[in-house]
Parts: sequence; structure tokens; C-alpha cells
Amino acid sequence: MKGETLTYFADKQPLVADIFSRYPASPQGRRSALMPLLREVQNAHGYVSEAQMAEIAALCGTTATEVRSVMSFYSTYHTVPTGKYHLQVCSTLMCSLAGSDELWDHLVETLDVQPGEVSPDGRFSVQKVECLGSCGTAPMMQIGDEGYYESVTPSKCARILAALHADTPLAPDNLVPVTVNAEGRQTLATGEMVGASIGGLSSLTGGTA
Amino acid sequence: MTATLTPPKPITSGKDPRFAPTLYAHVGQDQSWTLEYYRRHGGYEAVKRAFAIGNDAVIDEVKKSGLRGRGGAGFATGLKWSFMPLNDGKPHYIICNADESEPGSFKDRYLLSEDPHQLIEGMIIAAFAMRASVGYIYVRGEYVHAAERVWAAIHEARDAGLLGQNILGSGFDFQIQLHRGAGAYICGEETALMNSLEGLRANPRLKPPFPAAAGLYGLPTTINNVETFCAATQILKFGPDWHAGMGTEKSKGMKLFQISGPVARPGVYELPLGTTFRELIFDWAGGPLEDIKAVIPGGSSCPMLPYDDKTLDTPMDYEAIAAAGSMLGTGGVTLIPRADCIVNATWNMVRFYAHESCGKCTPCREGISGWMVRMYEKQVRGRGQPGDVQLILDMSENIGGRSFCALADACLGPVLSSIKLFREEYDALANTQTPLYGPRKRWKDV
Repeated sequence: MKGETLTYFADKQPLVADIFSRYPASPQGRRSALMPLLREVQNAHGYVSEAQMAEIAALCGTTATEVRSVMSFYSTYHTVPTGKYHLQVCSTLMCSLAGSDELWDHLVETLDVQPGEVSPDGRFSVQKVECLGSCGTAPMMQIGDEGYYESVTPSKCARILAALHADTPLAPDNLVPVTVNAEGRQTLATGEMVGASIGGLSSLTGGTA
Repeated sequence: MTATLTPPKPITSGKDPRFAPTLYAHVGQDQSWTLEYYRRHGGYEAVKRAFAIGNDAVIDEVKKSGLRGRGGAGFATGLKWSFMPLNDGKPHYIICNADESEPGSFKDRYLLSEDPHQLIEGMIIAAFAMRASVGYIYVRGEYVHAAERVWAAIHEARDAGLLGQNILGSGFDFQIQLHRGAGAYICGEETALMNSLEGLRANPRLKPPFPAAAGLYGLPTTINNVETFCAATQILKFGPDWHAGMGTEKSKGMKLFQISGPVARPGVYELPLGTTFRELIFDWAGGPLEDIKAVIPGGSSCPMLPYDDKTLDTPMDYEAIAAAGSMLGTGGVTLIPRADCIVNATWNMVRFYAHESCGKCTPCREGISGWMVRMYEKQVRGRGQPGDVQLILDMSENIGGRSFCALADACLGPVLSSIKLFREEYDALANTQTPLYGPRKRWKDV
């Protein structure tokens, strides 16, 4: 990017110094800052441009090509702009068993956007992702770098999308399905107790296939 | 300060052994992620005890406790810690593998976001035992909420003198840093994770040298799963005998089991190793919501087992599940409904491994990402031909055991087990281009 003067980190020296301080003061340690620096840029702009790849390469003591090759290895870095709300739908088996394929089709159809595109109003982009570790509250989707919407039923999906269209996003869920109460019993978030020693639950000789 | 705390009063599950949740005891409680809450509930007492008994005694206690790695491989933790060189004059590193990305696994996310100090305490104990000066927590990139909580907890611990120079007057110096991934399953492999931490593409490294000899930045490194470090905290708090008193003869202690798929109460349950599938599925998770045909016992790479009495009565421990032909893995149990096409379900997992193959070695890159995923797509798109199933088996034979790391073999787990259990579904689809179980509508309001 000859003649490119746009720099992201020029006025952010304390941030850059803080990131470098997490790794050894050596060429290898400098290189370790690559991923955190990419993340900073992407969180600010939604994607990383070639100029910024070159800037990060200079900071880390490597080449822009190397930076791009690292980016291409991971699924959460973007080299093209994303929408204001980047929706990442988990497509792996546990979510698929809970209907994530239909959730995906619904999003693509109603938002009229394909992966890699941004909707005309600039609001939405979509990405199919692999297991995000929320299998107990499937199906789920992540919004940008913000957090998880879990147990996304059709009606909940409608509420989420309506809020996004109004630019008043719902807060992410971060549900904890099972907790432990004061007596050391594992309970559901609703307060319902579970476990064999609690009266009324199925016996060990209960039904099978 | 060498005495252990009194363990919590045990409750009794359907079958003995008796147990009480400790790893997961504070998950979901208000403010459980703060230092103030953690200290109020006996936090950072275990590390004081570790300092009092000395680093070699810590390793001995972890050995005696019978703790085995909770990330999936089940290697003896105390033994692993003892591989770190002594007095070699080099800096030592420890790494927490918080790259939880095995489909069906979701236990670490809650430990990270709800009880980060339990992890930090376990890492201080481990670092003290292994003479490490720096620890990195590698959190997968998508765990935003968890990473924020861990980062805040690290700062709280630094401000309270629990990290840094001369921790609690012990003369021991240790610092923890957080490193966030960016979405790559292979980073769960320990040497790939180290490459990722070094800012490289996350290709796995050749072993040997093993990380304890040359790991992160070429220096002695030990890497453990989130749950393993948390278990170390509990062992130092309540003593190795308490830990060894739970579980089975060779699989000791508690495990965070996760259950997903069509059950009444999916989620994470802390149960003793050796709890049966039946107990988890019926008594804790409330039973299946529909007819089930297969159980994935420990994350998608573990070969699926038939849903029958024999499997249901199998204890969930390292040995018993291995004897049944699969693995305990991460303890992530998933139920597959009868009415779902097994070829389609397996294709989903094959697609996952094809997407996550790092491209380093030919058997995985060409075998899984090239051939295997296309063979499956061919079947589910209704273009199968007689002989295809045999071709998949032949391909598997040429991939299995021939790849650089375990990823290709992980993909073969669901492939080979599903063909073995449900050959008729595969044959029907290949020969007639019509699945025995057609597409289903599953997305609905509860």
C-alpha cells in the first residue's frame, strides 16, 4: 500500500505498549502480539484492511503476507467489511439437532444477505461458524464480538432481529443452565432440583430404547 | 497452615460414591466471579497451603489424588507436572488450555466466566510446583464474556498481591497473562496452541521434543485444561485422600459432564467419575425427549455408542468407556435421535473436521478435507452409488494413524462408529439415494 498514510496505532502507544508487555521482550515475543493487535483493529473497524496488515507486520517484525496468512488460518478475522451486526450462527451437530439449519435459512432469507455480503442498509452480515461451546442452550448465535444469544427459538429470533432493526440490540444471554444451591444440590436456573436422591425422579431402572 | 479444609458434606447420588460438587459449586451465583466472593468462600486458602507444604509436596499430593487431565487425553496430572526440569536455570511456562472447541463440550466456559479465581488459584499452585514464572491462559476467541471475566480477575489478583512478586510473602514470583484465540479447533492441540500463542499459524509441532523440554518459545512448558487446574485447587484445599476417595479405582475424583441433544435438562453436571450414562441421562438430565439411537460419550471425536442397556449401564470413566470402544474425552455427552439420518448427522461432524483441518499433512488435508467430506456430501445430496460405503471404509484405513496429529483420527471416530452401528442407513442411502430417515423440522418454540 504505497503512499498509504492511514495508521491505526500511531496515536495508541500506551495500548501497543500494554500488549507487548504481555510477552517476552524478544523477537519471538514481539511476534506474539500479532493476534491481539489484529483483534484491536477488527473490533474498531469490523475488518482488517491491507494497510493495517502492513502496519501490524511492522510492529511485529514480520511481513504483511505473513499477517494475512495468519489471519486466513482463523475463522474470526475478516478482510472485508462486515455489517454493523455480524451474526454468527453455530452450525455444528448439537445446534443442528436443535434446528440451527432452519435458523440459518431463516436469517439468510429474511435479512436477504449471503455470507461475505453486507445487507443494503449496512446493518447485517452473517457467518456460519463451528461449535461455540453452548451446546446446552442450543441453537445459538453470537453477535459481533459481543456475546451469545442462546436457546434462539423462532419467537426469540424475531425479538432479536426486531431489536437490531431498531438499533437497540438485546443484551447477550450468558445463561447458566445448571447451578448449585446452598445445600450443595445441583439445580436448574429455575430453582428446580435435580438428581437421583431427590424424590420423584426417574429410577435407575427407567425406560430405555 | 498445612491442614486441609473440611470437605463439604457429601450428598448421595443414585448410586454411591458419595460426593458434593466443588468445581462447579459457585457457578451461577451472584458475583461469584469477584475476588471478594471467592475469598468469602474459602478462596486462596489452597495456595497458602501449597506454599506451606512446599513445591515437591504439591506434586506428590496431585499424584496421590489420582487426578488425570480433564481436557480429553486423561494423562496423570502429577506425573506430567513432574516432567518439568528442575534447576535448569531457564524460565518455565505453564499454559491453561481454555480453547474449548470439541463439539459437545461447554464446561470450561462456565468455569472461566463464573469462577475465574478458582482457575487462577490452580495456576498459581501449578506454577509453584513446576517453578514456572509466567502462565498464559489461552481462551478461544469467541469466549468474549469469559475472557472479560478472566481478565478482570487477573487484575484483581494482581492488585491483591496474589500475582506478581513474592506472592503472599512466599518468595514465589508468578504472573498470568491472557491470550485470546481467533477461532480454530486445532488450537486445542497443545503444540498448535503454542504456535498460535507465538503469533504463527496454528500448525501442530513434531513431538518429541515434548513441551516439558521445549515448549512455548522453546522453553520448558506444561499445558493443562481449565478443569484440571481447578481440580488442583480443590485437591490442595481438601487433600489428596478426599479426591482419591471419589470415582473409581483408576479414574478418581469428580468430572464436569455435559449433556446436549434432546433431553429435558441439558447442561453441565458435576458428578463422580464412574457415574453411569443412565444416571446422567435420566436422573440428572431428566431423560430423553424422543427415541434415541446413539450416544456420543465425550465430544464429537469419541466414537458413538449404541443407545441400549449395555451403554446406559456403562460407568463414565476412562477405563469403562475405553472398554466399550470409545473414550471419556471431555465428558460431553450428546444424544442422537432415532429419527435423524445418521449419515447426515455424521456429515455435519465430518464437515467440522474438514473445516478445521490445518492443512499441514496430506492424509488429513486431502483425506478429510478433500475426499471424506465430498463422499459424505455426495451421499446426503442423493447422488450415492453402490460401493460408496466400502470406499469410505477404505479411505478411512488409509487416513487412520497416518496423520501428523490426532485431528484426522478424531474425524474417523464418528465415521467408523456410525458405519459400524448403522450400516443399513448408509447402504440404503448409497444404493437408493433415499435416506431411511428424511429431513426434519426442528426449529420451534418450546
